[in-house]
Amino acid sequence: MKTLFANARLIDPEAGTEGRGALLVEEGGIAAVFPEGAGLPAADETVECGGRCLAPGIIDIGVKIGEPGERHKESFRTGGLAAAAGGVTTMVTRPDTLPPIDDPETLEFVSRRAREASPVRVLPMASLTKGREGREMVEMGLLGDAGAVAFTDGVRPVHNTRLLQRALTYALGLDALVIFHPQEPVLSAGSAATAGAFASLLGLPAVPAMAEKMQLARDLALVELTGGRAHADQISTAAALPLLAAAKAQGLRVTAGANVHHLTLNEYDIADYRTFFRITPPLRPETDRVALVQAVADGLIDVIGSFHTPQDEESKRLPFEEAAPGAVGLETLLPAALQMVHSGMVSLPRLFACLSTNPARLLGLDGGRLSAGAPADLVLFDPDAPFVLDRYTLRSKSKNTPFDQRRMQGRVFGTWVGGRRVFTREQG
Amino acid sequence: MRHLLGIEGLSQGQITDILDLSERYVSRNRQNDKHAGGLEGKTMVNMFFENSTRTQASFEIAGKRLGADVLNMSMATSSVKKGETLIDTALTLNAMHPDLLVVRHQNSGAVALLAEKVNCAVINAGDGRHEHPTQALLDALTIRRRKGRLHRLTVAICGDIAHSRVARSNLFLLGKMENRVRLVGPRTLMPTGVDKFGVEVFEDMREGLAGADVVMMLRLQKERMDGGFIPSEREYFHRWGLDAEKLSFARDDAIVMHPGPMNRGVEIDGEIADDINRSVIQEQVEMGVAVRMAVLDLLSRHNGPTGIDV
Repeated sequence: MKTLFANARLIDPEAGTEGRGALLVEEGGIAAVFPEGAGLPAADETVECGGRCLAPGIIDIGVKIGEPGERHKESFRTGGLAAAAGGVTTMVTRPDTLPPIDDPETLEFVSRRAREASPVRVLPMASLTKGREGREMVEMGLLGDAGAVAFTDGVRPVHNTRLLQRALTYALGLDALVIFHPQEPVLSAGSAATAGAFASLLGLPAVPAMAEKMQLARDLALVELTGGRAHADQISTAAALPLLAAAKAQGLRVTAGANVHHLTLNEYDIADYRTFFRITPPLRPETDRVALVQAVADGLIDVIGSFHTPQDEESKRLPFEEAAPGAVGLETLLPAALQMVHSGMVSLPRLFACLSTNPARLLGLDGGRLSAGAPADLVLFDPDAPFVLDRYTLRSKSKNTPFDQRRMQGRVFGTWVGGRRVFTREQG
Repeated sequence: MRHLLGIEGLSQGQITDILDLSERYVSRNRQNDKHAGGLEGKTMVNMFFENSTRTQASFEIAGKRLGADVLNMSMATSSVKKGETLIDTALTLNAMHPDLLVVRHQNSGAVALLAEKVNCAVINAGDGRHEHPTQALLDALTIRRRKGRLHRLTVAICGDIAHSRVARSNLFLLGKMENRVRLVGPRTLMPTGVDKFGVEVFEDMREGLAGADVVMMLRLQKERMDGGFIPSEREYFHRWGLDAEKLSFARDDAIVMHPGPMNRGVEIDGEIADDINRSVIQEQVEMGVAVRMAVLDLLSRHNGPTGIDV
């Protein structure tokens, strides 16, 4: 079975280029890429792209699915459908479930559920410590053998420095990736906003932005000490960026990620105490947001994710500081991220480097590129198509999006996983 | 030689002398009448600040077979508990004129400190994470008997290297005798700066055992498991426990050693431990008595009754 994607605007994040051309898919993989004007082979099926963008499918690191324990918030089925609709072809799932994914048995359950129910690929992460309690490291070797692609306690930073040192050292022997959440846990406990005049005006418990820099400094020192391989997720402040740049310049094996919400929203968005804007870490001042977008453009931030966190209505219909943090994002990741392209700060190939290529490299995956030999995980989208987001149209079981009723630009028209079509949007 | 505080201070010749003398005691111990004599009238004191049934028994038997008066002091219930310092204990003891003092202590260097304060010969029966010289000597004797030589062998020491005085003493001894030493285990259980020890370090058990003549397993200190060095016993066994499959990477005639006590199913599979064709674990225990007799013999010969070298 040969499928030809004709008349496309090919986004190649690996080469950093975009241009018109065609793509041939065979046996679930990309067989060949043709520039405009080249002779095209015969195919069993032709997908007429109509000049829309064709890019490698998004690999979203840090997706929360409510299985096990919170299936009423999101299942592998609903999460997978939302992912497909958002151009996400691989969900890298979080271990902060109930119970947490901290042993091979739970991981195998999750993998089986994912295989049965999700239309897109699912790669589970395991927790770094047992019960995510920060006391004992998990069975990294057995979990790695069972398919865990990375180890993280999610938004719970590991307080015990000695344990983190040993975990990084142990992970080194497996070449396992450890993911940090750089927030000083004591300072950030109980906070719902970033400390500053605006949080004071609203009367919300707040954390200084510096809490991120403090923890990142410790985490990077441990990476330097152990030689481990680590990824700092959800960098959200300007203050953290020089540390990151220095660590990279020094040659430490460290990468960094940002949450799309921190790249597109700022602290003023929480003005109406609307709890959909309550996320962790909290939204930052506009200067931080701009610095972060610049870091994406410069390559200092490697990965952009949605940090998809489904919360049911019950968890959100509460006073701001008591509401459960987090927002869904699988379906809004691409249109939200395209805001950076429309503002002229980030190119499309650079954006897809952060959405596809870099996450693939980080996890040692073959995908994330638009070249022969790569799996045919593809997203077809129109970066300019406007729409107003209605949260009730989202495929996620939970509808907690901060973008409800927002005018957005950029729509996904088709998604393929291993050459198989998993999502189609009718013209409109 | 006045004391035996560690392998580090011994020469190749001294090690060979001890092993040669030990051979004579191996034969003696296999006879009906095991009394060898040589230490009649001497007083030997076992001071174990840290519990150890087998090492203490081994020393006690060695001393008694040589005719010494052996006194076991259980330091757990002694005046040490009442707050007496190590040096005061040593001075008190010294006043009773012992000839041989066998000491185990939980702190590295404590045995050497004690040796400075007494007039008699001191034997280190294990100090902290530092040395356990008689264990290394008995291991060497076992290897020499089984392999016919104690040089140009490839020896893999596996497991909890960082906390092991057995590993350290063996490292010194095998290195002095010009063997190729490999350390195998998780990085969390490797001493810092191990790359400067002149050994090869392996994290992968199969690579580490490839072509080895001797596989020396170490006890995993279960009490340290919760300290976060390794995730769990089952993961440890999966990756570093010695089983038939991993052992198949070593030479066909490779011997398996373990200083005991063993955790079956943690660092070693029970079947391997009990395989009389591969495991020399019981032989190590036997060699232990002979080596300790040789050490006691040599030290008593070189020390006069007042503890002054003669």
